[in-house]
Amino acid sequence: MKILVAIKPVPNPDEKVKIKGDGSGIVLDNIKMVVNPFCEIAVEEALRIREKLTGEVVVVTVGPKESEQQVRSALAMGADRAVLVEAGTDLDSLAVAKVLAKVVADEKAELVLMGKQSVDDDNNQVGQILAAVLGWPQASFASKIEFAADNKKANVTREVDGGLETIEVALPAVVTADLRLNEPRYASLPGIMKAKKKEMKVVPVASLGVDTTPRVKVLSLAPPPLRAGGGRVADVAELMSKLKSEAKVL
Amino acid sequence: MADILVVVEHQDGVFKKNTLSAVSAAKALAGLFGGEVDALVLGDGVAAVADVMAGTGVRKVLLGEGAAFAKYLAATYAGAVAQVVKAKGYGAVFAPASTFGKDFMPRLSGLLDAPLASDIVGLEKDGDALRVKRPMYAGNAIGTVELVGSPLLFTVRQTAFNPAAMGGEKTPVEKATVTAEAGGTAFVSRQETKSERPELTEARVIVSAGRGIKAQENFKLVEELADQLNAAIGASRAAVDAGWAPNDWQVGQTGKIVAPVLYIALGISGAIQHLAGMKDSKVIVAINKDEEAPIFQVADYGLVADLFKAVPEMIAELKKLKSA
Repeated sequence: MKILVAIKPVPNPDEKVKIKGDGSGIVLDNIKMVVNPFCEIAVEEALRIREKLTGEVVVVTVGPKESEQQVRSALAMGADRAVLVEAGTDLDSLAVAKVLAKVVADEKAELVLMGKQSVDDDNNQVGQILAAVLGWPQASFASKIEFAADNKKANVTREVDGGLETIEVALPAVVTADLRLNEPRYASLPGIMKAKKKEMKVVPVASLGVDTTPRVKVLSLAPPPLRAGGGRVADVAELMSKLKSEAKVL
Repeated sequence: MADILVVVEHQDGVFKKNTLSAVSAAKALAGLFGGEVDALVLGDGVAAVADVMAGTGVRKVLLGEGAAFAKYLAATYAGAVAQVVKAKGYGAVFAPASTFGKDFMPRLSGLLDAPLASDIVGLEKDGDALRVKRPMYAGNAIGTVELVGSPLLFTVRQTAFNPAAMGGEKTPVEKATVTAEAGGTAFVSRQETKSERPELTEARVIVSAGRGIKAQENFKLVEELADQLNAAIGASRAAVDAGWAPNDWQVGQTGKIVAPVLYIALGISGAIQHLAGMKDSKVIVAINKDEEAPIFQVADYGLVADLFKAVPEMIAELKKLKSA
């Protein structure tokens, strides 16, 4: 099966986000960029599917040249080759999805996997938009993917409010990964060495003929309103009495 | 501006109250830029849902029914909403930012080539322009966003907009003609997390446990406390990843965003991504052995204590209160 995995570099989510003084973005100096955690899960799932069904795993990203580093990380996990569509960082979900649609068509992918959302913009959109643009079935928030015997269909279990839902999708389809689809592997040292030699095709976004003018523009960022916490109580008795008479919530 | 459509969420005919926050957000937009707010109910045999919606102050309720809509699918919903938007010329579409809205609204965005703002927490007018507020970076930043094009699409963070009132004067319910294109998807099954408790996103009180609860069987203690408070039960990602609690109990940026009147965090350290999911709660109680735990910075009432001692005491106190 030929699987395309779309990934995105994001600022390390374990580091504290600092907003620039003028609100034009976040401070990226000395912040490590990593593969978006949900994208890593998508890469892992693609590798596991290839292990079972054979085929090829192609990693694709849309962004600046520096994204190469995170693409190499995905190759080090075991993906076969990569496509880097070189573009600015201001592309919105619609633009990225349309660009990906071109790559999907070019690569004749049978399955597209990606994370359900990137932890920077938190949009949770690209996979579903891509499915619509391609006219393909979609299964978002996947926690389990099982292929039919003929590999023409898959049952995807989705993490939804109130429980789990399983839907059947005909392939080709777009599936977005939720947290519990798998535990991504770490790249091995030989994997990292091999990744350096794997093919990475760089495609200028302008050559794809897609209008990437952003339709959702982030004008500025501001810190969220501060919560005045930090109150303490000495024991359960004080806690219960304050909840009752001060907060009046009991 | 043109009229506004709210897509109603229900689970097999049971109305979901998160729709009421989407109605409020839609009315906020109408208040800023004009237009009337209508609602769209899709399903099969869901006239009762339309009837509930008719009492929420919308101009009218459109009811699109058919066997193909009996089970929710992103493809059928996005397709049907697109038909209604095109036929009636709606200028904006709202849906809850639940796993329902987050699933089909981006597909609608792709179908209509229309801009979508996800998980919005505010709408403002700057001169003649609309400015949309939405959390980014796990809630560590609030972005001000501009949308270009039409119709404008929004998914609404339930906790950010007060729910529209129910049970008002009934407005008309009209039949809408919609066709379903499942496009290669089919519903197979649904596994409901069984619970007698209120739903996490609708509960007045939530008792949540994290790594400090140490084992799945210790959730019994959490349940006992929740029983006394008629509370929903939540969990941190650490507790869910450890397999002690089901996935859909997870509170946090990647799980459920909640804002109950009272949130009780037991043995939760307060990772950024957890705080993003609960810091809008009205009153936060934190019980943790580690006095340095970040959860205390957002807690109104922090108690440095062993939860296995404190929680039984709380249960005893609550029982006393009840019998008093």
